[in-house]
Amino acid sequence: MTAPPAKLTPTPPIPKVGGWDNFQRKYAPYIFISPFFLLFFVFGLFPIIFNAYLSVHEWQPGSGLGDMKFVGLRNFTDNLTDPTFWLSLKNTAILAVESGLPQHLIAIPLAFAINMGLKRAQSFITAIYFLPYITSVVAISVIFFTLFSWQYGVLNAALNSLHHIPILGVLFPADKINWLGERSFVQPSIAMVIVWRYVGWNMLLYLSGLQAIPGELYEAAAVDGATRSEQFRFITLPLLRPTIFLAVTLSLIGGFQLFEEPFILTNGGGGVGQAGLTTIMYMFRTYNAYSDAGLAAAMAWLLFIVIGALTLVNNFAFGRSGTGSNEAAK
Amino acid sequence: MTSTPLAAPRATPRSISGKRPLSRAGSILLLFLGGVLTLAPFYFMFIFATHPRQEIFSLPPPTWFGHDLTNNYDSLLSRMPFWRNLWNSLYLAVLTTATTLFFCTLGGYAFAMYEFKGKSWLFGLLLATLLIPSTLNIVPFALIMQALGWIDTPRALWIPGMANAFGIFLMRQYIGSAIPRELVEAARIDGATEFTTFRKVIVPLTGPAMATLGLVTFVQSWNGFLGPLIIFRSAETYTAPLALRTLQGIANTDWGALMCGVALTVVPLLILFAFASRRLIDGLTSGALKG
Repeated sequence: MTAPPAKLTPTPPIPKVGGWDNFQRKYAPYIFISPFFLLFFVFGLFPIIFNAYLSVHEWQPGSGLGDMKFVGLRNFTDNLTDPTFWLSLKNTAILAVESGLPQHLIAIPLAFAINMGLKRAQSFITAIYFLPYITSVVAISVIFFTLFSWQYGVLNAALNSLHHIPILGVLFPADKINWLGERSFVQPSIAMVIVWRYVGWNMLLYLSGLQAIPGELYEAAAVDGATRSEQFRFITLPLLRPTIFLAVTLSLIGGFQLFEEPFILTNGGGGVGQAGLTTIMYMFRTYNAYSDAGLAAAMAWLLFIVIGALTLVNNFAFGRSGTGSNEAAK
Repeated sequence: MTSTPLAAPRATPRSISGKRPLSRAGSILLLFLGGVLTLAPFYFMFIFATHPRQEIFSLPPPTWFGHDLTNNYDSLLSRMPFWRNLWNSLYLAVLTTATTLFFCTLGGYAFAMYEFKGKSWLFGLLLATLLIPSTLNIVPFALIMQALGWIDTPRALWIPGMANAFGIFLMRQYIGSAIPRELVEAARIDGATEFTTFRKVIVPLTGPAMATLGLVTFVQSWNGFLGPLIIFRSAETYTAPLALRTLQGIANTDWGALMCGVALTVVPLLILFAFASRRLIDGLTSGALKG
């Protein structure tokens, strides 16, 4: 590695050995990209095909591969007639909305607030808001688990002291909330943690979306006599639309794959009345605890179909109009 | 394609709306409140790490540091091989980062600097793999690792991801925009083999992009949960998050000890973040913004 200083002269030109030189020159790029494709075939594509194969078989992972029994679509019908599967799907959908929507409703105003004239402190502010995103879900869930404590939790203590503020106090509950211990609060509690974790990330997406809008557009509009709200409606909103579309799509896809937060916050069990049981959690349980690989594989496909359908709907609803107005503005 | 990641054209420096003092004050208030709510859980993590269980769960909850940090620490070590688990996390994260950097830079170099048959098709395929949700992978992943005998070994986690589409894409963007092709041509004329060119010309010039990709990879590996949950089965091989999770599961959890462990796993990342937040944020969001 450390070359002696005397040898600063360029290395003597290697005589061109026609064959090898041509060979390595021609195939170098293929060799350089081959690790990705090899690994993708082994750990990306093959598992998907294997998952498809599994989904039409009955098999317990403990027994040998020879014990696989073809069962047709039975795994799919079993899932579709399993009330717990539907419950998990419903939970996932509720959690995706309860955690997805507030993320954006909070992140957009925050991005506006930074954009409004705190640009100098921008990197400091975004760094703080970004902290939850780089913290492990285990750490976050353990911390929130204590904050959510019913009798002695910080959250209830804080709400209680807010309740005693005159006038504004009525907005806050007088009684302690059993966050993770009461069925109706399990989902909002999990959603709260997810919102807390992803607001900063979304805020950053919106901020870069906002900053990509050229200032001249506003100036031109102001010259033409557009009011601030008109500027917002006719410049900011249409130009921010692709960003909104992207951010919503990402949290939708992410929301339907929720696993870590609900898993840890409910101690792996799904919580009271299984309200925190998401589909991925149920799939993991079907595979891990019930040892039914085929059923779990079929469940993965069903969830995949749901995610795919939602992405398409989202694309259809926002995607085209988003790119359309983007082009119109150019 | 824009050249450097995240180089979004900035709006004019003087903000139009910023002229109104009222909205500016409102912005500051909003951001301040949000910032407090964002930081509060971290604050309580440190506070609770210094209190025994019965103090954490008392009324009112503690809001300032206690005296039981060392007790909590001792209790943590008596319950799990914590430093061993932290070492496992570090080992996995470093190995993942090193291999990812090597293979993604190599792949990015090929896509940025070479013309070859099938290039655009292969690159399209690479990008398309980013869209596949991991849902379909979880069960087969566990089974494949079982079949390979890789359960309880870190390679089950670092090998599959070491040449990943996101990393190759990131490196391609950087190499394509920051390194002139003439440099590569010059190295060739000097008789360097393609790999020597990569090693001597490309690698030294990709520092910033490597730092970004390295940080992102390290953080994701360090925080990983589902992968390690599937792979690691014993207290000795657990990564730190996994080990802390098992502590939470038992009855009469020692929350002080648990918080102490949680804080010890979070602090390294906080330090890393303090020095490299800009780069880390850019890297973590660039996938979304460019994709």
